[in-house]
Amino acid sequence: MSRIRETFNALKERGEKGLITYLMGGDPGLEQTGRLILAMAQAGADLVEVGIPFSDPLADGPVIQAASNRALAAGATVDGILEMVGEVCKQADVPLVLMTYYNPVLQYGLDAFCRRAAEKGAAGLIVPDLPHEESGPLKQHADFYGLDLIPLVAPTSTPSRAAAICAQARGFIYCVSVTGVTGMRETIETDLQALSDLVRRHTDLPVAIGFGVSGPETAARVAPFCDAVVVGSAIVRLIAEGAYGEVGRLTASLKAALRPRAGIAGA
Amino acid sequence: MLPDARGYFGPYGGCFVPETLMPALEELTAAYAAVKDDPGFQKEFNWYLEHYVGRPSPLYYAERLTAHLGGARVYLKREDLNHTGAHKINNTVGQALLAGRMKKRRLIAETGAGQHGVATATAAALLGFECAVYMGKEDMVRQRLNVIRMQLLGAEVVPVGAGSRTLKDAMNEAIRDWVTNVRTTYYLIGSVAGPHPYPMIVRDFQAVIGRETRAQVLEATGRLPDVIVACVGGGSNAMGIFHPFLNDAEVALVGVEAAGEGLETGRHAATLNCGRPGVLHGSLSYLLQDQEGQVSPVHSISAGLDYPGVGPEHAHLKETGRVTYTTATDAEALAAFELLSKTEGILPALESAHAIAAVVRLAPALPREAVVVVNLSGRGDKDVETVARVKGVEACPA
Repeated sequence: MSRIRETFNALKERGEKGLITYLMGGDPGLEQTGRLILAMAQAGADLVEVGIPFSDPLADGPVIQAASNRALAAGATVDGILEMVGEVCKQADVPLVLMTYYNPVLQYGLDAFCRRAAEKGAAGLIVPDLPHEESGPLKQHADFYGLDLIPLVAPTSTPSRAAAICAQARGFIYCVSVTGVTGMRETIETDLQALSDLVRRHTDLPVAIGFGVSGPETAARVAPFCDAVVVGSAIVRLIAEGAYGEVGRLTASLKAALRPRAGIAGA
Repeated sequence: MLPDARGYFGPYGGCFVPETLMPALEELTAAYAAVKDDPGFQKEFNWYLEHYVGRPSPLYYAERLTAHLGGARVYLKREDLNHTGAHKINNTVGQALLAGRMKKRRLIAETGAGQHGVATATAAALLGFECAVYMGKEDMVRQRLNVIRMQLLGAEVVPVGAGSRTLKDAMNEAIRDWVTNVRTTYYLIGSVAGPHPYPMIVRDFQAVIGRETRAQVLEATGRLPDVIVACVGGGSNAMGIFHPFLNDAEVALVGVEAAGEGLETGRHAATLNCGRPGVLHGSLSYLLQDQEGQVSPVHSISAGLDYPGVGPEHAHLKETGRVTYTTATDAEALAAFELLSKTEGILPALESAHAIAAVVRLAPALPREAVVVVNLSGRGDKDVETVARVKGVEACPA
């Protein structure tokens, strides 16, 4: 069983919803990223997504676009980020999932990328511009090295698409809560129950909901429809502001909102 | 006929977009399949091409340019004479009609030189759509006249300040808008780039250029041309004129990419000459990129060629060898701009001037009975300020 499944099984036993946090690898620098991942794990993040920057992040809103630019300007590379992931994995058990666009992976080499990511301890991979129709070649290598290629399902996904996506999925299903790019939102208008039902009809894998979750309140509102909540831009914004100490605090308050009988704003 | 069902031209093409957009692309594929062979749709499209765009555009024998070059007879396919001044309108009218069939009420587009933006704003006004055009801030400066034209046509021009502030970044932002508003909005891509089915749709709507050229050159010369030359940024005007000739082995096809300040300087946009396969904006094609797969900054004096990618069918045609892709520098394009202006009284768009520049090199080496057709894809009025600025600098060396 994959480490991601183990994590979700443990959450289920504890009756908790999972917290998945995101940050951009190498923003503002690799050492800082490593420290922030450990801080988030300590504060209660159950899984951390580590971005690998791309020059043209077309699924991302302004906050993560800017993070991508900062990371590239600071000299982030695939190898550098994978090394950092390796170091973090020696110090913490939290599963790390790499999130990037297809071209950096393609240029590194699909086999080399998956092999190296798995060697360094990454548990999975999310590639938002790789729909299931095009994911065959990468999935073959990811499966071989035991790296879960995690698919996205969107509010616009048709039942037949959801079925096809779930049939190939590993790890968990990442449900995109809004039609739009990543970023914080005041409200989420999507019918999350319908989205969750659509996915659960076709798979027993855990369901995570992300895009637009801005803080503990939205996390608590989204939680009933899923097994885990993904928070990205809210964390990346703190990093952009240099408020590194706040990253752990936000993580803790998000996690508190996802524990049983949690208050709205966390403890 | 290519592409295959998954949108591939050989190994190139495909559909590399977020899942949110995939159902929209499926819907578009189905809608296009329905109209492609629908005589009613084709009749309506052709009516607009004739009565609104002003087709067929002439095939003009450039006698003085021919005499000046002293070789092959040079014919200009006058896409510059279309309504709005470039070939772009063929595609925007076609896609706007398609968007109407799909019950969308809003058109969005990206633009570099502004010609596609103007053509989209025009089709939106003609057929009653809301319209937003994404344009890089640097291009808004270079192509100020077209910004005003789009606004006068009722479109919102959205400045894009990210990245290099040119066509690539405008396309990123247009895709982000589309992801957000996909249920009501039709993304009207202006080149033979992007995810399937766009490269096919844009090619089919632009192929009218090549079909007319074939009939006109047969009428004028009694035979097919020896060479057809067209500039290539994303590659829509080139694909439009090349496509109906792909099976005529005796017709040499030459695409001309922007060599900017010179290939050796790294400041160019010669994707097929200097790039390697990669994924950008929804398709796998040639791409100017670094070792890490980060998209490279590119440069061309022509905003319409200032793009690090190229349509996937061009990548395929390069690898099969059916089309030869050469380059022209900023300086060669400027010289060609002036030459055509002074010998024929035609100001070409700086994009099209790259094709003329290649003919300046090519035609003198060919026999006098040879026939060369150049796709004069657009007119140069929009570039007058750019050319004046460059000439001003040249006239006053520091």
